[in-house]
Formats: sequence, C-alpha cells, structure tokens
Amino acid sequence: MNAVEFVMGHALQWGSVALLMIGLYIVMTRGNLIKKVAGLNIFQGGVFLFYISIANVRDGTAPIVHEDAVLYSNPLPHVLILTAIVVAVATTSLALALIVRIRESYGSIEEDEMAEADMG
Amino acid sequence: MGLLQQLPALQVAVPLIGAPFCALMVRPRLAWMFAVAVAWITFAISIALLEQVLDAGPIHYTMGGWPEILGIAYVIDPLNALIMVLVSGMAAIIMPATRIGIDVEVVHRARHLFHTVALLALAGMLGIAITGDIFNLYVFLEISSLASYALVAMGVDRRATRAAFHYLVQGTIGATFILVGIGLAYMMTGTLNMADMAARLPGVSHTAPIQAALAFILIGTAIKAAIFPVHSWMPNAYTYAPSLVSAFFGATATKIGAYMLLRFVYSVFGADYAFGDMKIGWVLIPLGLTGAVAGSVVAIWQHDLRRMLAYSSVAQVGYIAAAIGFANRDGLIAAIVHVFNHGLMKGALFLVMACVIMRRGKADMESFRGLGRRMPLTMGCFVVAGLSMIGVPATVGFVSKWYLVSSALDAGLWPLALVIVAASLIAIIYIWRVVDVAYFTDPPPGARDEAPAMLVIPAVVLCALCIVLGVWTDLTVGVADTAARLLGGAP
Repeated sequence: MNAVEFVMGHALQWGSVALLMIGLYIVMTRGNLIKKVAGLNIFQGGVFLFYISIANVRDGTAPIVHEDAVLYSNPLPHVLILTAIVVAVATTSLALALIVRIRESYGSIEEDEMAEADMG
Repeated sequence: MGLLQQLPALQVAVPLIGAPFCALMVRPRLAWMFAVAVAWITFAISIALLEQVLDAGPIHYTMGGWPEILGIAYVIDPLNALIMVLVSGMAAIIMPATRIGIDVEVVHRARHLFHTVALLALAGMLGIAITGDIFNLYVFLEISSLASYALVAMGVDRRATRAAFHYLVQGTIGATFILVGIGLAYMMTGTLNMADMAARLPGVSHTAPIQAALAFILIGTAIKAAIFPVHSWMPNAYTYAPSLVSAFFGATATKIGAYMLLRFVYSVFGADYAFGDMKIGWVLIPLGLTGAVAGSVVAIWQHDLRRMLAYSSVAQVGYIAAAIGFANRDGLIAAIVHVFNHGLMKGALFLVMACVIMRRGKADMESFRGLGRRMPLTMGCFVVAGLSMIGVPATVGFVSKWYLVSSALDAGLWPLALVIVAASLIAIIYIWRVVDVAYFTDPPPGARDEAPAMLVIPAVVLCALCIVLGVWTDLTVGVADTAARLLGGAP
C-alpha cells in the first residue's frame, strides 16, 4: 500500500482526525469562552464524522428497505451518533447558559480578564 | 415477574423518573422530602441487589426482553453492586442535609431545581455502574456529567460558574475520548455488549484500532477520575461548588471514573492484554504515585480548606490508579476498597466544611480558629476522618493502605511501598495544620455554636462508618475479594 492510497483510502478518518485536532487546539489556545465552545463543537464533530465513516459499507446504500438494494450501510453507528449529537447539543446549551451567567457576574467572557478580576 | 426481578431497572429508573417529578414540586420543602425519599429507596434497592449478588452470583437483566447481545443488558457483579451501594448510600446520607444546606450555599434562583439536578446526577452515576452495554455507559456518563456541571455552577461564589465551565470543557473532552475509544472497539468487534466484546477482542487485539481504543479510553477515564496530570478541573470545581455537592462528588464522581477504568480494563479489554501486552501499568503507576505525592504536597499550602481537600483527592485517586497499575490481586482489592473507603472519609470531610461554612461563612484557615471548643462535634468528625485520610490503624484508611502497600510489595516494587508510606506521612502535615488551628488557638469571643443537627448528623454517621468499617472489614474487603476473583485477578 503506497502513501497516496493510505491517505485517500481513509479520507474520512483523516478528516475526522483533523477535526479532532483543530477542535482540541482551539479549546486549549483560545481565551474567549464562546470560541472555546466552538472548538468543543468542532472536536465533537470529528467524532460524528468518524462514527458515520465506520458505518459505511462499500457499494452499500442508505439503510432503508428498498427492492433494488442488496447492500446497506450499517445503521447502528448512525443511531449511536444521533444520541451523541443530542448530548453535544445539551452540552453546548449548558455551556452557553454558563457563559451568560459568567458574563453577568464578571462583565467579560475572556479568560485573562476574569482571572484578573478574581485576583483583585 | 415479581418486583424483585425488576430491581436492576428500578435502581436507575427510580431516580431518573423521580427527577422530573421533583421539578414539578413548587414548594421547596416538598421537593426536598421527595428527593430524600427517592434517595433512600434507591439505597434500599442497591443493598438488596448487593445481597442478591453475594447470594446467587452475578445478575443479568435484559431491557424489554431483547437478547442480551442485541438489547441493553444490565449486569451486576460484586464490584458494581458495591459501587452502587456507595453512590446511593452517599446520596441517602447527604440528601437530608440539603434542606438547610442549600439556603446558605446555593444561588437563590437555582434552589428550586437543586434536587432535580441532584437526582439526575445520582441516576447517571448508578447507570454507569450498572450497565453491561458499552454505549449505554457513555450515555449515562453524559447524564451524570451534565448534571454535575450544573450542580457545581450553583455555588454562590461567582468563581463557581467559571469552575463549572472548565469542568464542562474538560469533562466533555474526557467523555468524547471515551466515545472515540468505544467507536474504535465497536468497529473491530461489531458489538456493544461488554461481555460479547470481551469475547471477540482477543482475535483482533493486535490491530492498531484496538490499541488506539485502549489509549483513548484510558485517557478519557483518567480525565473523569481526575488522575494526575489531567486533574485540573477538580480543585476549582470542588472549592466553589456548594459544599454538600462537593461532599457527594468528592465521594462518588471520581470513584465512578476509577470504576470505569477497572471495568474497561478487566471486563472489556482483559487484564492480560491491558497489563501484559499494552503495559498500561507503566502509565498508571508513575502517574498515580506522582499524583499521590504532588497532590499531598500541594494540599499543605492551601488556605481554603475545600481546595486542600480537593488536592488531597488528587492524591487519593493517585493511590487508586497506582493500585490498579500494580495489577495483582491485592492491588485490585486495594483499588476497590479505597474507592469505597475514600468515599466515606472525603464525604465526611466535605460535610465538615458545610458545617463550618454554615456558621462561619467560609472555610479558610482563619475561620477554623478555636473551632475545637466552638464546634466540638464538627471538629471531632474532622479529626476522625482526617486520621482515616492519613491511614491510622482502626480506620478505613488503614485497611486500604495496607492492601496498597502489600500489593506494591507483591509486585516486587518495594521502593514504591516507601513512596506510598511517605505520601501518607505528608497527609499528617495538612491534617495537623487544621487540628493545630482548631484546638490550640484561642477561639474568637462568643458561645458554643455547633452547626445544625441536620448537617452534623450525616458527618457523624460517615465518621462512625469510617471506624466501624475500619475494624470490621468483612463488608468492604470481603466484597472486594469476591469482586477481584470474578474479574479474573492478575495476569
């Protein structure tokens, strides 16, 4: 297996790894809480893509019963990731609610400004 | 089928269904009484389950009558039965104290939902413990985590919201790591049932996805269990959360993380693979013991005693991680017993903080001046639980340290046994600092003002358990021994 095949044959997996890395990088480096939440969403998006990619069956069609179809994609990871998407929505909404409360009490959503406010 | 056969489902369903009902109760008193009743019913169920398991062996319960491999199965063995007794028992002991506790330490606008969220956290943790389905574990993990973030944010200090946000970010990263690991393991085995997965893994265990799956799950559970160096969400979360919340989480949340680690390593990947081929002991032992020493040393310098207790938790989780890493029978027993025992003592210590905050408004060194005379019962509890934290004989702390040291010796790593003893000696310093201030400084003027009975009694109960279970070790060590045997012991 040559390098091109290795990359192209796993394009979706490489994509999800890239999303995981980008998301994690944003979460770690940004001081703005909204940006952190955005990074977290990208991070979780990487996992969604990964689950969808492992459900794929070569030449398989969407897992809906149809007379012409013989091969279907695996529907189970789709269902699993639907649950994880719901969890991600809940996490994001809770994070945004917390940011609203933080903004009310600190007057800022920047990490360094909050740290300064707590010192003083 | 009788009610007794449905106990595994009820164990999770009672608090999970109780939570929305709790939200409907407008009168705070009513919501509190309801939550206490739910917590005690849950506790009773968990004790009944433990008895059944010890009498008749592991229970397999299938949801909706689906075959175990297709549907969601609940599997109860002595290990998770003991964890469920700990979690629901802590809820049952702490919940009564919340009636007065939340008036002081929970922001006003969140009070009416406090009990609802607390029941959700309880349901999530019990679900993690009971389930035999690997994806179901993730779902319950997120239920309990979301509830935890909300509970931490309810603290009156504005820093509580910041701490909750950091907890949320790190907790979500941890849970997502676990999710990636589950996906990789599913990809290679095609099953989500833990027992079925364990049976299929050996055939594919040499592949890169499975190795990556173990690594992802190891990191994810380490974040959830607050194992050094991924513990950084914990000190702030436990310092600024309402003390009763800290008492419950200090006793249970990180323990659930340790339980997940044990479950994944022993019941899914298998000890032979994890410790033999993948050598995760080489990760867990150094990190665990570094955490044990560093956590104890950092605890010495803390001014806020809740932060001190949080760093002490980092140290205690370190012992548990190292005990798992030793990968022998005594280590497994030490890990299980210490999960339970540390829950008792940390719960008691945080309840003492709740008592002091009730009377003094905060829990820094200054507010402990002369408390030995002003609040004798509260400080008595602190001393007993503190001695247990150090590991003095006739307390529960000694039992777990004993097995920990003997497991280090069994593993042929006697220098590490010395490290464990040294880290315990450091605990003397941070406990003594408080005792010194409380008993050997002049109290501020004023009469004796013991905290309200509703707060002190739970602390006293936990301290009594610290001593009773330290002398009579049949329950904890006996169950842990059976659990260790069933898990397969050492590679």
